[in-house]
Amino acid sequence: MKLHVSTTVNGDAAEFLTDPGTTLLDALRDELGLTGSKEGCGSGDCGACSVIVDGRLVCSCLMLAAEAEGKRIETIEGLARHGELHPIQQKFLEHAALQCGFCTPGLIVASKALLDANPDPTEEEARYWLAGNLCRCTGYDKVIRAVLDAAAELRQERRVA
Amino acid sequence: MAQFNYVAPSSVDEAISALASAPTARVLAGGTDLIVQMKAGRVRPATVVDVKRVPGAVGIQKAADGGYVIGAATSGAVLGEHATLPRDWPGVVEAANLIGSTQVQGRASLGGNLCNASPAADSVPGLIAARAVCVIVGPAGRREAPVETIQVSPGRTSLQPGEFVLEFRLPPRPKRASDAYLRLIPRTEMDIAVVGAGVSLALGDDGKIAEAHVSLGAVAPTSLLVGPAGAALVGGKLDEASLAALDAAARAACNPIDDKRGTIDYRTKIAGVLARRVATIAYARAEAR
Repeated sequence: MKLHVSTTVNGDAAEFLTDPGTTLLDALRDELGLTGSKEGCGSGDCGACSVIVDGRLVCSCLMLAAEAEGKRIETIEGLARHGELHPIQQKFLEHAALQCGFCTPGLIVASKALLDANPDPTEEEARYWLAGNLCRCTGYDKVIRAVLDAAAELRQERRVA
Repeated sequence: MAQFNYVAPSSVDEAISALASAPTARVLAGGTDLIVQMKAGRVRPATVVDVKRVPGAVGIQKAADGGYVIGAATSGAVLGEHATLPRDWPGVVEAANLIGSTQVQGRASLGGNLCNASPAADSVPGLIAARAVCVIVGPAGRREAPVETIQVSPGRTSLQPGEFVLEFRLPPRPKRASDAYLRLIPRTEMDIAVVGAGVSLALGDDGKIAEAHVSLGAVAPTSLLVGPAGAALVGGKLDEASLAALDAAARAACNPIDDKRGTIDYRTKIAGVLARRVATIAYARAEAR
């Protein structure tokens, strides 16, 4: 049984055929070629597959592709605009908030969802929000500094705009 | 994952017939338990019935009696962001919001947490203490059942073939009434309860506890409604004698397993400690309302 799914991915209409047993993560990677979202654990523990669905942060490995019918999906590929990095991406670079990089797309997408919901999080709020994104390289400290710095920059941008 | 049929019905009747069509059919709400179990090959449903498009399954309504009707597939994130639910039922909401990460909160639901039937399900003691009722739909029609009658053993529920939980009903909340939930885990986030405890209570005009309900998780094959523990609080103002009686009643109800999360002795002792702490929080919240 193949199912036809119509969605919006990073602002563009996207359609694909899928088996019922295909996760959203596998559809993004294998059907749509969006390989930024990673499979770490495949069971919702690590957050490497984080995407935003209808404004809500979820693990794409724990969602069936068929469930995406009619949904608006944001992935890591949608953050940079016209070749320019999103401030969160830029701050991850500046603070060296990554080493191997496997968890980075998930951490950045989860951080975007945080700053969309809460433009001025405390360090504690940021740490709790990101508790479902595991990183074995950084020890999280640089990640948190990058996120709080990006939050400050985004607030500044909003004031100027 | 093994092959299965996926259906996303848009009516209760279609959902019931899809569920009744195969003995192995399973309800999909947030999928944070079901999809993990399907990937591991622990469950192999012939049909997966995504109930999130069924009217009533997602969303929060204020009921005519002043209580709430909560769609069983409503995500934890939506519960936590509601304008009045966290104020009226803080224990129910904090229990639901303890489940998993931000990502899991985007999907995980009260109905899924209950029907997965884990003894350590965080939201279930919160719902039981709140005296929440399930609205169940199935081939024989619609029925209501208290939350504590759904889990029968680890992984098993009292739901009949073709039935599913559509909604939860929370009773109206009088002034000077509140609830709370705490769990013990060895870390701060992303873990499974060693013990969970929920308390809901209402104060009378004299400031004494007029009604109290206590529920424990992870200390028996199912979440427990501990009648004697609630009774120990009624008529008092949470003095040491009633707290000691609560502690003893909570411990007496425990029938836990020994495992890597905690021993029988440890879980039993902690059940009493948590019951005291949760009752104290619920009492302070009720006084402040």
